[in-house]
Amino acid sequence: MKIIKKTLFYLILTAAALSFIYPFIWMIMASLSPEQDIGKLILFPTEFTFDNYVSMVSKIPIGRALINSLFVSTINTGFTLVFSSMVGYALSRMRFKGRNVIFFIIIFTMSLPFQITLIPNYIIMVKLHWVDTYLSLIVPFMINAFAILMFRQSFQGLPQALIDAARIDGCGELRIVFTILWPNIKPTIITVGILAFMASWNEVIWPLIVIREENLMTLPQMVTLFVVGGRAEAQLGVKLASAVFLATPVIVAYLFFQKHFIQSMASTGIKD
Amino acid sequence: MKRTKKHFLPYMMVSPYLFHLIVFTAFPVVFSLVLTFHKWNIISPMEWTGFGNWQHIFSDRLFWISILNTLKFLIVHIPLQIIIALALAEVLNQKIRMRGFFRAAFFMPLVVSGVVVTILWQQLFAYDTGVINRLLISIGLGKVGWLIDPDVAMISIALMATWKNVGLYVILFLVGLQTVPKQYYEAADLEGASHWQKFTRITVPMINPTIFMVVVLSTLGGFSLFIEPYIMTGGGPLNSTLSSVLYIYKQAFEYYHMGYSATLGVFFAFLIILVVVLQKKFIEKED
Repeated sequence: MKIIKKTLFYLILTAAALSFIYPFIWMIMASLSPEQDIGKLILFPTEFTFDNYVSMVSKIPIGRALINSLFVSTINTGFTLVFSSMVGYALSRMRFKGRNVIFFIIIFTMSLPFQITLIPNYIIMVKLHWVDTYLSLIVPFMINAFAILMFRQSFQGLPQALIDAARIDGCGELRIVFTILWPNIKPTIITVGILAFMASWNEVIWPLIVIREENLMTLPQMVTLFVVGGRAEAQLGVKLASAVFLATPVIVAYLFFQKHFIQSMASTGIKD
Repeated sequence: MKRTKKHFLPYMMVSPYLFHLIVFTAFPVVFSLVLTFHKWNIISPMEWTGFGNWQHIFSDRLFWISILNTLKFLIVHIPLQIIIALALAEVLNQKIRMRGFFRAAFFMPLVVSGVVVTILWQQLFAYDTGVINRLLISIGLGKVGWLIDPDVAMISIALMATWKNVGLYVILFLVGLQTVPKQYYEAADLEGASHWQKFTRITVPMINPTIFMVVVLSTLGGFSLFIEPYIMTGGGPLNSTLSSVLYIYKQAFEYYHMGYSATLGVFFAFLIILVVVLQKKFIEKED
């Protein structure tokens, strides 16, 4: 009886797991199939072909979009780590007038829906002549409230002696943050780094608004416009190939750094 | 000299945030409010219209359709999300074989872009060539117009969004479940409580804060729905998947009604805050 129950339990669990993995496998297989085979229930294509990928590369500058996305996301992640830890340090370890006010403003702005600032932010980009430049994809994402709070919390947990010793040695505050404290909060840096990178990498509504020049488009934006616009010419295989191309870097990173990814996701819940 | 330098240092350290706050949050919010009283297509000068934009919201049928669509999405999405996430978290919280594999599987859709998930499901949902309909036919059932039936399309998108996001809520519930003291279950075991009783009497009340958080996060997600209908349906069929953000986007970037679009944004933001406050009141009352 117990064995039957256990087998049933694992059968259901495996079915659940398959329903999460199978669509991805199907997508990869379909992108490698000839057009007429897509949609059949078989798992392996009757013949493998890279036609869909060849056709995708000839239709859109997707390599350029990949480089744009890597460039923008890496820069955004770097700036977010540096600026947010500076602010987080000041808020947790320095005394100055207005510190609590700034802290409450951060909490308040976090609960402000983005729908309210979307249109005016676009207009700011127009007025600054930043539309169709990398600046519009970078400057608004160089720092964020959540990252500041994460750093503030981590710095609060470090012993004051660490900072005092560095100050006696004549260390400046910036050097304290980046050379003395950073090595002690590696998990936070990894968590904030993954979240900032993913947020930038997956952002799509903002690039759709501020970038029209094909050479500056990010990868998800280009794939979206490719699929929605007429250029995929209703060829399912090519659409799926572009989706696989967009998914692969993140899935590979996820499979290698699973633990860190899951930790970062868990930390998004510690908002209040 | 040294004193003043030291005095200014903290402000210099927080200046990146202050710059960002002023340029990309404070000014836009104020500017948004100004825009709500104007008609503007960005190119010609702004035109004062008083409360015209605000009045227009109430007679704008499409906007209210988009709100109803969003509510339809949430009514399917939130309960489904909580039930599935809680069930999977319960399972992963026990000693099971190959836990790492199952965990990796459930979280896979979470890390990929919504664009990927939407393109993938557009094919799975396709009427004639879609895998789901072919599967239904092979077991003797009829086809479903997942994305072409106006009554079904929004529900299909809600199902897809649940599939994509459920991993995040599994993680949050797992964190929540680990905060429940083991002694409670041991005491219940002594009293001879069943699995179900332990779950409803101990687990659910103890993780109420997590449930609230999941409700709020999936509500915010639902209110931000954009790329899924943008790619899958363009808001159709018959505007049945037109989300509010998609409508705001169309007003601004297809019709260049910047003033009206900003008004919708402000109104919608207040609506979101109101809903979250009500949820907080409602769920905390249940305690």
